[in-house]
Amino acid sequence: MNILVFIESAEGKVKKTSIEAVVYAHAMGGNVTAIALGEVDQAELEALGKYGAKKVLHAADSKLNQGIIQAYASVLVNAMNDEQADILVLANSSLGTPVGARVAAKIGASLASNVVEIPDTSSGFIVKRSIYTGKAFALVELKNAKKVLGLKKNAAEIKEVGAAISVTPYSTSLVDADFATKITSSEQATGEVLLPEANIVVSGGRGMKGPEHWGILEELAKTLHAATGCSKPVSDMNWRPHHEHVGQTGVKVAPQLYIAVGISGAIQHLAGVNSSKCIVVINKDPDAPFFKAADYGIVGDAFEIIPKLTEAIKAAK
Amino acid sequence: MKILVCISHVPDTTSKINFTDNNTKFDSNGVQFIIGPYDDYALARAIEIKEASGATVTVINVGLAETEPTIRKALAIGADDAIRVNAEPTDSFFVAAQIAEQAKSGYDLILMGRESIDYNSGVVHGMVGEMLGMPSISPVMKLEIEGNTAKLAREIEGGKEFLEVNLPFVAGCQEPIAEWKIPNMRGIMSARTKPLTVVEPIAFDSGVKLQKFELPPPKGSVKMISPDNVGELVTLLKNEAKVL
Ligand SMILES: Cc1cc2nc3c(=O)[nH]c(=O)nc-3n(C[C@H](O)[C@H](O)[C@H](O)COP(=O)(O)OP(=O)(O)OC[C@H]3O[C@@H](n4cnc5c(N)ncnc54)[C@H](O)[C@@H]3O)c2cc1C
Ligand SMILES: Nc1ncnc2c1ncn2[C@@H]1O[C@H](COP(=O)(O)O)[C@@H](O)[C@H]1O
Repeated sequence: MNILVFIESAEGKVKKTSIEAVVYAHAMGGNVTAIALGEVDQAELEALGKYGAKKVLHAADSKLNQGIIQAYASVLVNAMNDEQADILVLANSSLGTPVGARVAAKIGASLASNVVEIPDTSSGFIVKRSIYTGKAFALVELKNAKKVLGLKKNAAEIKEVGAAISVTPYSTSLVDADFATKITSSEQATGEVLLPEANIVVSGGRGMKGPEHWGILEELAKTLHAATGCSKPVSDMNWRPHHEHVGQTGVKVAPQLYIAVGISGAIQHLAGVNSSKCIVVINKDPDAPFFKAADYGIVGDAFEIIPKLTEAIKAAK
Repeated sequence: MKILVCISHVPDTTSKINFTDNNTKFDSNGVQFIIGPYDDYALARAIEIKEASGATVTVINVGLAETEPTIRKALAIGADDAIRVNAEPTDSFFVAAQIAEQAKSGYDLILMGRESIDYNSGVVHGMVGEMLGMPSISPVMKLEIEGNTAKLAREIEGGKEFLEVNLPFVAGCQEPIAEWKIPNMRGIMSARTKPLTVVEPIAFDSGVKLQKFELPPPKGSVKMISPDNVGELVTLLKNEAKVL
């Protein structure tokens, strides 16, 4: 079984979710080829060998420095052919998910996204995927010879199984049609922990009263090396950027620790956090519904508790 | 300009999810169905474009007869006509094949939600784009059309990117592309007589077969900590939950 893994990177570094995808493909028992597109740090790519890649391809064409959905799908389909790979594994993301969709349609693959576990291949090929925004799972059989698996964060636990390997350049023959969409510019936070990748998330809601009060949450987040998130009204009111909005209609996070401050815990918010390992809720209302979904709770005023919590964490380090 | 908006018929976001028939069927008992929230953004943007510069808006749903009230709601919000592909939407690839078949007749713009909130695949737009040989862009948070060109903003992790593309193309939409629209009385009245065409599905096997559903294990109870003893929380997170 030859498996191709699509590697995504940010600021030259391979994304953690893509490393999970390599580990996942290796755990499936396949012969794993990883492929990265555009500019990526070579040492980062070599290191993929440690996580189970037998071969690492790099399509370094500068036209691929931008994540153009159509062009990426074309490169992946060609690489699947060249490597005789039947299965494509990728991390679900704003780029991976739509790219996987086009690949599946191009090659007639059975596709499953938000996959949470290694497939059960004891009879057929059964994957478990998260549905209803984390409220349930479906076990689905993928019957076509070709398959595309999109992984939810934490589908595999990162561990080293081998040694770094050298990177093989991969040449592409792209056509103009692949670049029908043009990326004219982008705005991206740099040097921050990205919300979908974060191990710890500190999230604020309307209870924070205004954007000027986010300093204490940012301080806590910095202390924990965490990403910051927020509830929908907070991004609707432009207190925080839209990409921080967590929930049913926003980012779905799956960190080790989610700290919710001044968020009531509406079911639509919970839908975005229910894959967190541990949830801490800080709210002044003892009846806030979020406490029912929490592992630990503190009833009290965020403006008093957050600075104390930050200090306590610093002291414990 | 002809715009096609793809709407899914999904349980309201507050629904409790349960299954019946040995965990092989969704239990729709007591569940209210809505237009998918992301699809609702797509529809709202389509109506805005229609109001600003003139367009016809067709909505399409792949679903059995029970989805018609949801389709009528989209007509009440301002779509001109509707297509229902008479099939159970068992899988995103199957749905995409049906939509692509109906969209062949020629649309300048195909808008959908970035993902459905039942299956959460986030793939129908990419698949339809591929099947029709059109660009597909998702998740789109801004869409402006000037003549034959569109300017879009797409959300990426930690930010956004700005794109340009020529019509026709497919977009998977999310907020803040437009504000959700609520149907008014006149819209509701006129929706009753707007054309809703029912077509039979084409044969298509996506090679995805549901085996069964599962619910996550129930959550344990919350441990409350005194606001005067924040240090205890840190200790518990370290030693009990082992997440620090
Ligand atoms: C279709 C649909 C989709 C939606 N999608 C999302 C989504 O993706 N994400 C999302 O978040 N919401 C979503 N919502 C909105 C959701 O229903 C809630 O309205 C929203 O989550 C509430 O945000 P909040 O908790 O910040 O605000 P509120 O509900 O106003 O809660 C504020 C909380 O802060 C507490 N508080 C106030 N002052 C303090 C203080 N000093 N210290 C500590 N606590 C304090 C209050 O007790 C209260 O519990 C959606 C709604 C719909 C209909
Ligand atoms: N049964 C359906 N009928 C029409 N459109 C659908 C259907 N299912 C999904 N869609 C559209 O495709 C988008 C992405 O769905 P999915 O890929 O299943 O997450 C949704 O937001 C809808 O706009």
